[in-house]
Amino acid sequence: MELSKERLLKMYEDMLKIRLFEERAIKLFNKGLIRGPMHVYIGQEAVAVGACANLREEDYITSTHRGHGHCIAKGGELKKMTAELLGKATGYSKGKGGSMHIADPEIGILGANGIVGGGIGIAPGAALSAKMRGTDQVAVCFFGDGATNEGIFHESLNLAAVWELPIVYLCENNKYGLTSKADEVLAVEDVADRAASYDIPSEIVDGNDVVAVYEAVKRAVERAKDSGGPTLIEAKTYRWEGHFVGDPCVYRDDCEVEEWKERCPIDRLGELLVEEGATEEELKSIREQIEQDLDEAVDFAQSSPEPEVESIFADIFVD
Amino acid sequence: MRELSVREALREAMREEMYRDENVFVMGEDITEHGGIYGVTQGLYDEFGGERIRITPISEAVIIGSALGAAMTGMRPIAELMYIDFTTVAMDQIVNQAAKMRFMSGGKVEVPLVIRTQGGGGRGSAAQHSQSLEAWFMHVPGLKVVMPSTPYDAKGLLKTAIRDDNPVLFVEHKMAYNFTGEVPEEEYLIPFGEADIKREGSDVTVIANSYMLPRALEAAEDMVKEEGLSVEVIDPLTLEPFDEETIVKSVAKTGRLVVVHEAVKRCGFGAEIAAKIMESEAFYYLDAPLERVAGMEAPVPYNEKLEMHGMPNTDKIKAAIKRSCYVK
Repeated sequence: MELSKERLLKMYEDMLKIRLFEERAIKLFNKGLIRGPMHVYIGQEAVAVGACANLREEDYITSTHRGHGHCIAKGGELKKMTAELLGKATGYSKGKGGSMHIADPEIGILGANGIVGGGIGIAPGAALSAKMRGTDQVAVCFFGDGATNEGIFHESLNLAAVWELPIVYLCENNKYGLTSKADEVLAVEDVADRAASYDIPSEIVDGNDVVAVYEAVKRAVERAKDSGGPTLIEAKTYRWEGHFVGDPCVYRDDCEVEEWKERCPIDRLGELLVEEGATEEELKSIREQIEQDLDEAVDFAQSSPEPEVESIFADIFVD
Repeated sequence: MRELSVREALREAMREEMYRDENVFVMGEDITEHGGIYGVTQGLYDEFGGERIRITPISEAVIIGSALGAAMTGMRPIAELMYIDFTTVAMDQIVNQAAKMRFMSGGKVEVPLVIRTQGGGGRGSAAQHSQSLEAWFMHVPGLKVVMPSTPYDAKGLLKTAIRDDNPVLFVEHKMAYNFTGEVPEEEYLIPFGEADIKREGSDVTVIANSYMLPRALEAAEDMVKEEGLSVEVIDPLTLEPFDEETIVKSVAKTGRLVVVHEAVKRCGFGAEIAAKIMESEAFYYLDAPLERVAGMEAPVPYNEKLEMHGMPNTDKIKAAIKRSCYVK
């Protein structure tokens, strides 16, 4: 095992932070405090955390409509995220973006995105920028299986291959694009096969195994930094909740959900950590600390002011 | 003073800005050895090389997407879309992404992105290579829309666009690249949101830009000789931001307004200007219904006779001026 216990514990903490954040978000949503559609990341935590564990603050990510997990894994602040979900002036976007538009360019988060495939166009630009400025920054582009049927996916992979950009395309195949089963709308069984069209390396990884994700992305990041160009990684995973909070999920049966819950990425890492010598107390205290942080984040968000109506015209243009 | 063509003026603007700021670069289809389909980047590839005069695949969506990503992370890209008609295949990246990125992030992101493109009819390019789609982009908060006509304006506005920290759609005209005019050797910039009174007059105000500006100026000359009318011609230069004040002042003076554009009449920028005038104090000074001279509401046809029939021209502008001034 290459990863130290400390690093595994950090991954455990980040994954649990995502899980518990999303559970709070669902509660706030059900209380009517969150507007519009909200897409939660529960079940897929190992992908964001395993990938971002390879990244430095200056590395870039582009995210998706299901972006809370990516944001937390890249170092996003719980208070600002929670405040944004509640539409408050103290939120990441001053209440103008909401769940689907959280961005923090100072730590390389180039935005969640409300358009399926939206970030797939932007990520190669960040990678190009890094290359032109002569830095060794890399871009990790998160997207779902559904986005690989968008034209931009193909334009982007071709461009990144031709320009040998330092980018990792990370497909989270969670088996559904909204209500459509991936195997009914994808012409290939494995999204990874699509890399062959652009002559770039690809890899399929168990998206519920954070160590496997970490190692696959590590190889891809090293290749990117070594002027080896892009890689396509397909992480096979599953979203436990529906497409959006409140989705009745008529398109899948409960047995399938239960089967995937038995493969919980967080429990799996917890078991590994115990094998590595972590104690139940250690894991418990991590959870307690996160719960406390989330209490504070929710208090902060709820006690924060609404934006002033005049702010509607701010931030459209740089003056 | 020396004279340059619009093509040369645009090239000089990019060249100067690329020397001034190493983060400025150009990307687009066929822009390297070929120099772009209308020759605007000719010679720049030899001067700056393929890193900064960067050829792209025919992939308009990712041209704009990646230019946006580069703009968000410290670069100042000029992305060329060969025809404004091709913005249709990059609309998500322009409208949903580039235009809104700053707002959606609560002001955390800057998007110093120039999208250079060209539109308009007049050379038999037919319905998918001749459109005037600028009004679509005026409708989207977060985009600036610039549409020059003369070489002087083209250079000064493009330099301003490149230095702007916001997404700018810079719309050239395929029939205007050979227009020539005076361009000083020394550096200058033209601010956005300031219309230019191209010709002063007192009887009627004509607003025209791009390929229509010389037609409007020709019509104005003819009106002096033929009818003794004094015509004021204004080029707004930028459609967003829009200099309402200059137009309102002019209409308050003349009491008459003719708006000329090549785009189809309905929902063209003339409709917006008309509404602005009706909402302003200029309404009280109107002595005649305002006139719009615009493209006919049909796709741009291939046949020359049909194409010319559908486009505004000097005679149509003169007829509108006369109607406005109640001259038979």
